[in-house]
Amino acid sequence: MLLEVENLHVHYGNVEALHGVSLMVRQGEIVAILGANGAGKTTTLSAISGLLRSSAGEIRFEGRSIHKTPAHQLVAMGIAQAPEGRRIFGTLTVQENLSLGAFTQTDRVRIAKNLQWIHELFPVLAERREQLAGTLSGGEQQMLAIGRALMAQPRILLLDEPSLGLAPLLVKAIFQTLWEINSAGVTIVLVEQNAHAALKLAHRGYVMEVGKIVLEDRAEVLLANSQVRDAYLGG
Amino acid sequence: MNRFTSFAVALFVALMAVAPLFLNAYHVDVLNSIGLYGLLALSLNLILGEAGLFNMGHAAFYAMGAYTAAILNTRYQIPILWTLPLSALVAGFFALAVARPVVHLRGDYLLIVTIGVSEIVRIALVNDVFGITGGANGIFGISRPELFGFVIRQPQHFYYLIWGFVAFTIFLFLRLKQSRFGRALNYLREDEVAAEGSGVNTDYYKLAVFGLGAAWAGMAGTLFAAKMTIISPESFSFWESVVLFMIVILGGAGNVAGVLLAAFLVIGLPELFREFSSARMLVFGLVMMVMMLVRPQGLLPAKSRQFSFAELSNKGSFR
Repeated sequence: MLLEVENLHVHYGNVEALHGVSLMVRQGEIVAILGANGAGKTTTLSAISGLLRSSAGEIRFEGRSIHKTPAHQLVAMGIAQAPEGRRIFGTLTVQENLSLGAFTQTDRVRIAKNLQWIHELFPVLAERREQLAGTLSGGEQQMLAIGRALMAQPRILLLDEPSLGLAPLLVKAIFQTLWEINSAGVTIVLVEQNAHAALKLAHRGYVMEVGKIVLEDRAEVLLANSQVRDAYLGG
Repeated sequence: MNRFTSFAVALFVALMAVAPLFLNAYHVDVLNSIGLYGLLALSLNLILGEAGLFNMGHAAFYAMGAYTAAILNTRYQIPILWTLPLSALVAGFFALAVARPVVHLRGDYLLIVTIGVSEIVRIALVNDVFGITGGANGIFGISRPELFGFVIRQPQHFYYLIWGFVAFTIFLFLRLKQSRFGRALNYLREDEVAAEGSGVNTDYYKLAVFGLGAAWAGMAGTLFAAKMTIISPESFSFWESVVLFMIVILGGAGNVAGVLLAAFLVIGLPELFREFSSARMLVFGLVMMVMMLVRPQGLLPAKSRQFSFAELSNKGSFR
């Protein structure tokens, strides 16, 4: 098991946002976490990536307990994320943004190879490498956020709403690339509101409601599930 | 660096090198002041300009350095220039100690805390803490600095000492800016969460830059003590911190040349217009306001780092 989350509780001040979330991710999988606004999807992801501290429960990566490890060390261990709202560096160039992603990496030959791979995945990032990231379109910024996370050569990639605010065609293109990334051996955990696109891509899915996991199954089963259809797929 | 900027830099260095030969003692002394403020502003620029940490208590670290030098010199007769590393250590560690619990604060909150720290330091100095700071009168009788048996006495001599140190600082800080450390600071300034999420140990870099900037301010304090031979708490008032903050923002946070230019303007211009007495500060204030309206990014804003792509992909030379 690559990643295991067990009975995770997270508080924002006095308010408990996650009431015991458990999930697991196998090596090589794409796992989607679905749910409405405020269900706790982003909180779950932030807790895994170490940006939020859990108040109870355990997170294990390759069997090692990581819920007390600082975020920057998790990146070096192989957990990279493209956070919610992309959070690219608008005043820096595309190239600089990508080189930040490789901050934990020291092997220059591998970094260059990796950069080349990312440019193949997202040719637009190669075209616009000297451009300030803030001048990119929303879709390109999302590609940059994913590319930056990949620069850390992660074992597992955490994505928070990669489809947010993007045109349907762009969402399709980005999800196609996510599939390519996964084929190259990177495990992906995807938080999404766009349940349809996410379930078409993912192997398995979890559905969250108010801080709890209420459903988990193979993606095609969830796609066919009447409850999921009613709640997230617009009937 | 293109042709024009290299020419401008060469011209500036040449002018600065011969300036004392043509200027009277008063004007050289003004240049010395500019040099000291330039040094302080460069050190604050690391914290405020490069890392984006709002520090409005820089005078506290300046004071720590000056008092360390003065106390060691007057009580233990340690030659003043020898106290440079010690002043740096004292100011640096003091900064680490005060920054450790507050460095996670953002922007304006950190600003308030640093103002508080500088006031505490100033009031402690006025109240003669441990009986070694001389209270409101300060410390006098600091000996002249000596370099290889040569006693530095005249403003012209101090000029070369101070500006030599400024040159050394510029060289070092430009190198630092190009390094992994410098890059980490910039990421931190742009977006702390994204930096942490990309594997930058943000707490470490924040503390490190606070310590380094303060240590440099400490050394500037030593030079100040050596130049004045008398120091007192009023030299390290809150206003000094404000002026330094202003120099960095006015010059273009994160740009070494801009910060130096602003030091010339902010410190030099009021001296040049002394005959207008109090009206000069009025004009000065107006200039500040106009400046922030028409050019909020500073005189010379920091440029994005440039990469040659061929170099990157062929050699993989990420730093």
